[in-house]
Parts: sequence; structure tokens; C-alpha cells
Amino acid sequence: MAESTDKVLQVELVAADRLVWSGQATMVIARTTEGDVGILPNHAPLLSSIIEGVVDVQTAEGETWIAAVDAGFLSVADNRVSILAERAEMSHEIDLENARAELERCREAGENDDAAQEKLRRAEARVRAAERAS
Amino acid sequence: MALSVREYRARIRSTESMKKITRAMELIAASRIIKAQQRAQAAAPYARELTRAVSAVATFSNVDHALTLEPEDPKKAAVLIVTSDRGLAGAYSSSVIKEAERLVEKLKGEGKDVDLYTSGRKGEAYFKFRQRAVVQSWTGFSDQPTYDVAAEIGATLIEAFLAETGEEEGAVDEVHVVYTRFRSMLSQEPTAVRLLPLEVVEGTEPPEQGDLLPLYEFEPSPSEVLDSLLPRYVQSRIFFALLQAAASELAARQKAMKSATDNADELIKKYKRIANQARQAGITQEISEIVGGVNALADAQAGSE
Repeated sequence: MAESTDKVLQVELVAADRLVWSGQATMVIARTTEGDVGILPNHAPLLSSIIEGVVDVQTAEGETWIAAVDAGFLSVADNRVSILAERAEMSHEIDLENARAELERCREAGENDDAAQEKLRRAEARVRAAERAS
Repeated sequence: MALSVREYRARIRSTESMKKITRAMELIAASRIIKAQQRAQAAAPYARELTRAVSAVATFSNVDHALTLEPEDPKKAAVLIVTSDRGLAGAYSSSVIKEAERLVEKLKGEGKDVDLYTSGRKGEAYFKFRQRAVVQSWTGFSDQPTYDVAAEIGATLIEAFLAETGEEEGAVDEVHVVYTRFRSMLSQEPTAVRLLPLEVVEGTEPPEQGDLLPLYEFEPSPSEVLDSLLPRYVQSRIFFALLQAAASELAARQKAMKSATDNADELIKKYKRIANQARQAGITQEISEIVGGVNALADAQAGSE
């Protein structure tokens, strides 16, 4: 096997209706149900549920891409990482003002059921992703 | 067909304006179909990755899940019929409904009761007119379905599937989907597939006898991963069906509108011929009347001289 394939991860970040980002990366950080997990090349095969949060991708060129994702999955095998979420947005696609307003609304609504919690976490993730990118 | 020239002219005019409408609809459908195909393509990576993940779990772990278990004695089945919201798409809706009726007959023949679910106004109207009960119907998105709709439909069907048969209202043992598969611009095919219980295709090279299983780590645990993976898989399959149906609907509409435009052309040609004939007959009659008049005058003058 060529060395290059051993050193980088082939990453695909996929939302239900589109491919959000794909490319090569040296590190991927995502938030699973158990906590944040960092994936480096040659990681053992892994299949894990992720929750609403921020996904951090260090590309092979040294850039950092940040995305906000919904609950979904992370699967790692043979240096291929796929992150599946029903909705996913790259940080530069998020309107920070809008996201903040949304978060504010969620907090004010103050509902405590699962759906509201999920909405709140999603809004938080979007704001965090947009803030970190700017 | 002894109408006056004026009436034929009016008919030609109305056919022409109808032709303009059908032509416009044809063009609109043609431009939307490209978008629908692009949407279907854009959704493909998600479905592919999800399938890969599901088959990875199925291949590398020995966990059974409620959604994959075959009920021992299936008594009740749910059928989701994907139709269009609007007509003017040729036989699109009726052929998918016909396919669904065939499936329903087959299921009844196997001794299963059938619960109907529809998507699209045409299906809803069909069963309402025949006064047949539909458990739930979703409308208003047939030409551009979103994932949220698919998720909602999926959640409803999964809930019905997981409910205990015989104890809860609306519980079913299997779930089928009837939709129109988009093969090409020219051919769309009504298809019936069984959605639940899931038949997981084990894709990524199944481990051979005696081989060590690659150590797949599951977080938090295989069963919990499967728990959240499978419903999404179902929803993505439904989303796929909806997207295919949307592309098929637009293709069918384009085809129907194209033949309507062609027919209008034919009709205009026919009416023009008849109108011209009538016009010529009128002229001939006028000429013979004039000639007759002149002759009569000449005869009268000859008589008086």
C-alpha cells in the first residue's frame, strides 16, 4: 500500500439531502453520545452515534473546517471516515446573527421536553461552529 | 359537421390557447425534472453511507433488532402508496394505484389485513371517492419532497410496525411501499417493495469461516447503535422512494403534456381543413347564386324584348 493512504483520512460529511464536505484530513473531532472523540489515521474500525454538535476537521493541507451537525453517525473503517447526519452545515454557510437569534428563542421558550432540548443543542452547535470559524 | 366558418375559427382559437398552456407545462416539467434528478443524486451519498454502516453492523455483530425480526404469523400489513398531488401527468397516478391494488389483493390472498397509507392528493382522493379507509395521508410535497417529510412518514410507519399486534390500534406486521421507479426519461415503472421487516444486504465482504472478525468498536453499544441506525435507514429508503416518485411524476407529466401539445397541433390542422372547406363551399355557393341571378336577369330581359 502506498504510504499516502496510510497517513490521511478520507472524510465524507453527508447530510440527508446532500454531500456537505468531502476531502482528505489528518484529524477529525466529533461529539459522540459518550463524549468527544478524535479520529487519527489508522484508527480502529468504529461505528458510533453522534449527537448535535460541532465537527472539527483538520485537512491534509493544514486547514481547519468546522461544521455543525445534527444527531447521526460516525463510521470509521480503513481510513475512511463518514459522518452522517440528517442535517449538517459548514460553518461558513451559517448566518451567525440568525443562529444567535434562534438560540435566544430556544432559551426563552424554556420548554423542557426532548424535542426542545434537541432544538436547543442544535442551535448551540450552530452558534459555536459559526463563532469558531469567524 | 355543418358549422359555420366563424364557429370553426373559434374552435381553432381555443385549441391554440390550450396548446399554449400544455406547451408551457411541458417546458416547466422538463426544467424541474433536471432539478429532481439532481436532488435524487445529491441524496445518494447519504443512502450509500447509511447502507454501508448498516451492513457493517449486520456483518460484524450478532445483534438482532426489532425492525429486522420476521413476525412468525403476519396478520396485518401496511401499504404506503406514493402518488402525485396534481393530475395532468398521464397514467402516472393510476398506474401506481393499480400496482398497489394488485399488492393489496396479493396480501389479502395471503390472509393479511391491509392498512393503507397514502402520500399525494391523488391517492387520497382515489380512496376517499371509493369510501375506503386510509389510516393516514400526507399531501402537498409530491414534486419536491424534503427529508423532514420522509422522516415523519418513516416515524409513523415504524411506530405502527413496532406496536404490539392485536393489542394496539393500527399495529402491523409488515410495511410495503409502492412508488414509481425512475428508470429514464422515457420509462418509469411502478414498483412495490417490502420495507419492514428490513432485509439487510450484507455488503462489505462477509467474514469467511474461521476468519477473525475485524474488531469494530461500537459506541455506546452495538444494540444502541443499531437502535438509532435502523430507523434512519428506513427513513432514507422512504426519502429515496419519494425522490424517485417526484422525478417520475415530472417525467410522466412532461410526456403527457408533450402528447397533448401534439394532439392540439393535429386538431388545429383538422379544424383548419374543415374551416377552409366550409369557406370554399360558401364561396362556391355565392358564385353559383350570382351566376344563377345573372342568368335569371338575362332570361327576364330576353323575355321582355
